Order: sequence, then structure tokens, then C-alpha cells
Amino acid sequence: MNITYVQFINCIGQPDNSAIKATIDGTEISVPLDPANRHYAEIMRQVEAGELTIADAD
Amino acid sequence: MSKAAELAALIGSQTALSNRNLIINGAMQVAQRGTSTASISSGDTYPSVDRFMLRVSSAGTWTNSQSTDAPAGFSSSLKMDCTTADASLAADDNVQIQYRFEGQDLQQLNFGSASAKSLTLSFWVKATKTGTNIVVLYQDDGNDFIAKSYTVDSADTWEYKTITFSGNTLASITNDNTRGLIVQFFLAAGSNFQSGTLATSWAGYVQGNEAVGQVNHADSTSNNFYITGVQLEVGETATPFEHRSYGDELARCQRYLQQFTGAGSTRAPMGVAASSTQVNCTTMYTQPMRAAPSVSTSGTWKFNGNTTVTMTSCTIYQAAQTSCLLLCGTTSGMTAGYAYEWFCDTGSSGFIRLDAEL
Repeated sequence: MNITYVQFINCIGQPDNSAIKATIDGTEISVPLDPANRHYAEIMRQVEAGELTIADAD
Repeated sequence: MSKAAELAALIGSQTALSNRNLIINGAMQVAQRGTSTASISSGDTYPSVDRFMLRVSSAGTWTNSQSTDAPAGFSSSLKMDCTTADASLAADDNVQIQYRFEGQDLQQLNFGSASAKSLTLSFWVKATKTGTNIVVLYQDDGNDFIAKSYTVDSADTWEYKTITFSGNTLASITNDNTRGLIVQFFLAAGSNFQSGTLATSWAGYVQGNEAVGQVNHADSTSNNFYITGVQLEVGETATPFEHRSYGDELARCQRYLQQFTGAGSTRAPMGVAASSTQVNCTTMYTQPMRAAPSVSTSGTWKFNGNTTVTMTSCTIYQAAQTSCLLLCGTTSGMTAGYAYEWFCDTGSSGFIRLDAEL
């Protein structure tokens, strides 16, 4: 899984940092904060390994 | 021998008459994402046929498709067409077709105990390149694996194969919705996968013992590899393939992938504007999904109400296994509190995809 960019997303009426936008294998994907989601699990694995940083929301 | 006795002998004492096949979409009937994806040279992706993941790690370039070339009794197969060859694999290069199971669907195997049950894999294969091929069962819980070989005897000819694996007494499979077991069909494997001795009994994972003897289906652009009729069942006997209806298979696949498309004027859920540039769409899934899904989009999607605006982003919130809230950014012009229809303006090629694959 080639993850090239990850950023928190904020939307009207929702708590800050409760969604993630990521570019995975060249496709922009909205990823839920669910450890059972394979994209979220891989993002967090790479973050914990120091290989990836989640950018702040705009 | 009576017909009943023949049937009992055929099925085996540990196997149910129905729902024997643990594999979903083993006849390769369902391809929600589309029937073909070309130019695959890296990554873990689900390119065409549902539930069958492709791993390509620098071992040629491939087109993965749902093919109508199939043995008698089947209408479809999964086809791998090598379009750029790699006749000299680097050490870590490999190509695998994988099928991934939820742990909660495998509890009947009793893995991790002395009474762990055997599994039998059967499938039809047709390949240009003859020779030895490797199939691996990898168990995440315990990091254990077992590998067996089969031989493609004749080029470009459908052949039926059966492989029996012993049960894993070393580690149990966690009873939840995460990955519990992987079936790995190797198509290519570099030297790091072949440096040892093939692990024909369950053992802790050792890469060098994983795919010893695997031929390289990536060594020529003339090579094709087809597979269908994939069945994994409890016991030591391969029974006839358990055919299920397209509707049954589609519903099972939708636990892992659902999508709204522009095909046939299909509509996505209604939404309510939260501002002039955001519409909130409560989305109920067709089937409960394995986990909260990721969302991706393709094509031009629009919202139509007192005005028509174009969607510019789609973000998933409050995601659960039965529903989610999709918050869509748009070009300006909507009125907060108004309802809007959500539709695709680019025909069948557009999609809103919900992905809960393993």
C-alpha cells in the first residue's frame, strides 16, 4: 500500500480531526477512524513507525 | 453402495452439504469495480473480480481482468496477462493472487488446538507456462504459514487441482472481523522466497521457505494465467464446486465493497445542505459492511435542487457497519436546509465507492 499523503479533514457540524483524507496507490480516499479499516490500520502503522505524518486540517 | 452412502462418502463426515465453500465469488462471477485493469506493476489492489486481491511487487506489468475463458460449468475466470516481462526477478520481486478471510468466519477450524481441522483447496487453472506453482496459507494470528505445490502440466489447458492442508495446531484465529487467514497463489517469486525448503507443515513464517520452486509467469509477454472454481472447504476431500447464484455472491461481496454508479441512472442518497458549499448525505448500506468503509469517487457528481452544483469532495463521517454520513463539498450556490438529489453526470464510469476489504 503506497501512501503518499495524509491529512485531517474538518467539516461543518463535525468534531475537528474526525476524518482523514489520504492518497493511496494514486487514488484520493476518505478514510474513517476505524482500526478494522485496512487503510486506517496501515496509516497508523506507518505513523507509529515514523514513516508517515498526518498533516493538519486546512 | 447406496446413493446416500455415496453422497456421504463424497462429502465427508466433517463437511456440510451447503455452504461448504469458504471462498466468496470463487467462480469469478462478480466484478463490481469493472472487468479489467491494465498496467499494474506494484501495490496491493483489488483490480477487477471481487474478493481477489492482487499483489505485484516489481515483477512485470499485468492486466487483471474477468475473462469469459472458463472450463465447462463455469462462465468466468480471473485472467492475469503479462504485458511487460521480467525474466530476471530481483530477490524480493513477487506476484500473488490473494484471498483474505475474516477470522470470525473460520472458527469451525479449531486452529490452535490438537483438533485443528484440515482444509482442502480446489480450483481450475490454465497457464501458458508449465511447471511448479506454490499456494500458501498464511495465518496472521501467530504469524504462521504452510505452503504446498501443484503442477501445471500442459500449456494453455484448463486443469483441475486439489491441495489438502493440515490444520494449524500452533495458534488460534482471533474471532473478529479482522484478517484471519490468507490464501496466496504465487505467480512469481524472487530468490528471497526460494532460498530455503518449502514449508509443507505449519511453522512460524520464514520468507525463504514460502515459494520454493515457483516458476516465473512474468518471464514473457506471451504468458497468461487463468483461475476459477476456487473452493476452500473443511476436510481432506475436494467436493464438487458449490455454485451459488449471482445474487447470492453479489450480496456476500457487498460486505466488502459497495458502490453507487451512474449506470442506468442510478441515484446516490439524497442530501441536505449544511451551507452553500456542503451537503450532508446519510447513507444506508445495501448490506452491513465488514468495517467502516473508506470512500473514493470517480467521475462528475452533482447535486440538484433549487440549483445544480458540482461535488468537489466527499468525506466519510460517523462511519459504522450499517450506515455512514457522507459530507460533500460543492461549488457554491446551495441553500442551507434545502434537500438535494445526488446524481452522476458522467454515466456508468462514475462511482462513489465504499471499500471495507481486508
